[in-house]
Amino acid sequence: MTPVKLYPPKPEKVYFFGTCLIDLFYPEAGLDGIRLLEREGIEVLFPEDQTCCGQPAYTSGYHDEARAVAAAQLDLFPEPWPIVVPSGSCGGMMRTHYPQLFAGTGQEAQASEVAGRVFELTEFLVHVCHLKLSDRGQPEKVAMHTSCSARREMGVAETGPALLAQLGGVELVEQARPAECCGFGGTFAVRHPEVSAAMVEDKTQAIEAAGAERFVTSDCGCLMNIGGRFEHQKKAVKGEHIASYLWRRTS
Amino acid sequence: MMDATPTVQTPTVQTYTPREFHRQAHDALGNPQIRANFRKAMDGLMDKRRDVFGDWDLETLRELGANIRLRALAKLPDLLEQLEANCEANGIRVHWAEDGEQACRIIRELCEARDAKAVIKGKSMVTEEMHLNAHLEAAGIEALESDLGEYLVQLNEQTPSHIIMPAIHLNTDEISGIMHDKTGLERTRDVDVMTAAARHQLRERFMAADVGISGVNFAVAETGTLCLVENEGNGRMTTTVPPVHIAVTGIEKVVEQLRDVPPLYALLTRSATGQHVTTYFNMINSPRKAGEHDGPEEVHLVLVDNGRSNIYQDDELLDTLRCIRCGACMNHCPVYTRVGGHTYGTTYPGPIGSILMPHLMGLEETKDLPTASSLCGACGEVCPVKIPIPDLLVRLRRESVGEGRGNVPGAGVKRTRTEAAAWKGFQWLATHPSAWRGGTAVAGKLRALAPARLGPWTDYRSAPKPAGTSLHALVKRHRAGKDTGNTTGGNRGEHDS
Repeated sequence: MTPVKLYPPKPEKVYFFGTCLIDLFYPEAGLDGIRLLEREGIEVLFPEDQTCCGQPAYTSGYHDEARAVAAAQLDLFPEPWPIVVPSGSCGGMMRTHYPQLFAGTGQEAQASEVAGRVFELTEFLVHVCHLKLSDRGQPEKVAMHTSCSARREMGVAETGPALLAQLGGVELVEQARPAECCGFGGTFAVRHPEVSAAMVEDKTQAIEAAGAERFVTSDCGCLMNIGGRFEHQKKAVKGEHIASYLWRRTS
Repeated sequence: MMDATPTVQTPTVQTYTPREFHRQAHDALGNPQIRANFRKAMDGLMDKRRDVFGDWDLETLRELGANIRLRALAKLPDLLEQLEANCEANGIRVHWAEDGEQACRIIRELCEARDAKAVIKGKSMVTEEMHLNAHLEAAGIEALESDLGEYLVQLNEQTPSHIIMPAIHLNTDEISGIMHDKTGLERTRDVDVMTAAARHQLRERFMAADVGISGVNFAVAETGTLCLVENEGNGRMTTTVPPVHIAVTGIEKVVEQLRDVPPLYALLTRSATGQHVTTYFNMINSPRKAGEHDGPEEVHLVLVDNGRSNIYQDDELLDTLRCIRCGACMNHCPVYTRVGGHTYGTTYPGPIGSILMPHLMGLEETKDLPTASSLCGACGEVCPVKIPIPDLLVRLRRESVGEGRGNVPGAGVKRTRTEAAAWKGFQWLATHPSAWRGGTAVAGKLRALAPARLGPWTDYRSAPKPAGTSLHALVKRHRAGKDTGNTTGGNRGEHDS
């Protein structure tokens, strides 16, 4: 039995943690996530001093540095509102690894408390907001790529596809081996470039073979990797963060 | 002999080392045959596992399996003593080996005491770990593998590429070529013909062998029982036909009670090959008793430490000792699937090897293994005893860069001044919010100057370009009501060409 997750009722306010990749490369996806939440009548708090969750240093083994970065984020969410993160991997870092990272330190309790309030954006939209979408977009064949961290660390493999399924004009096509990693893995792509390239090559082939005109993902690492590969090959398949895709088609 | 099928290139025999992971990965990735063999095999194994667990409460069973293993490890020193006492009471002689060399010596001396010249072996990864065959051969004792996959890689002078299916890297044509070259069998595509030929070749050797050597899947402390899980019957033959049976196992394979075995067996067969049960399940309690018609005259158990008690000292890495050697982590690993088992250059390849071998071999040898993972979590998700493999990979990355506890041999070997400084720089920037905001703003302003080439990333992908306006700035604009919806100069995910 997988434990049943209990979701809170829709809150009045949420904190939004934008993530460093979104901040630097895909800010529109972050803003679209905020817009989706605001449209549901939720006040979105964006702590200005947020930077990065610390995951890159964490997975590279630099835990002292990761802890310092994470500690700087912990104080940004003083009120008991949920923390919504438009990324499975940063969400997974905060929800799963913050308690481990601060184990045995003075901030262990604070880290665990913060971790307990973290939600991935699509998870929050489905299970807390009970979002209902009406599609205004053109018909399109779309493949959803759920990131490994959303799928396995946060256990939210179904929420992205569930939201896309609400869009009348969208035909959701399933690529072969949808649960297989795209090969990004943060610094993995740089430390083992050839293996990573073989993985992303297989992923783009699977998405293309499924007949998708576009792929949508809830993680900007995967977006940068898969989208960057398609573009390198001069392929027509476009990639987009799911927050932007949902907002574009329903606003 | 007439060739029935076109000539096939027999794979070149070569040795592998974890030091050369990158080169070996490069070679494997460039080898369409290896890629195809592994992809096909791993896809099949993943499907089988998924189908066989379909009607099981898998999570409850995994929880049970994990707890059985954790309980056994918590009591390991006592259980090993109990196992020894009960084995000895049953007539099984127990030997302790601190390392592989000592284990080899003990086994060789047992063989020499019987003046043995021919040894037949059942499948045993721990004897691969200690290079037992080479040791015996140096002493003039021939050791022949009798597990079909092991037999094939032995014929081909290779090491196993998988812990359950040692010859999984070979396809039918390659196997046919090996059997033709080494045993004179006519080339064929008929698997049954090849299997029958191998069986025929091995059958005589079982009868002639002076000693049989096997591994152990579960050693039961409560009863002094050695359990052996197999499909081909070579385990049954190895442990019953020759006059002497020597079982070899790592010290972690002990379980407390007989009742602990069925859940682990259920998990092992389903996780490994998608089988409900294996064709054979051997329970060995003693040598041949008076009045019995078969069985060996002597049974020995060699308990091998070989670095395991060092792992045991570490409350995190201890979890690697839970492993029941099912291979599911390999079958589900996207890296292993692409580079194959030999690329790792270690006895145990894939995710389990990457968390086990650094302790056994040291990080100087194995420093590329903990990073050879995208941390996708597939291994941890399928592990039947819930070893937190991704967390342990991260732990070993810490050891590599000198930020762990420093108790893994070769800790700190990967630390470079440049990289350490880079992460310190990252730390500084990410803990100074106004500098961070300034940095992203500058990056946005200079986006036209963003490099089109970013090392290996851009060999295969376009470079991401910083957005003209950061999220911080977009949110500010949005709050001020100047947000018109779509004209922020931001980026919705399309890369600039």
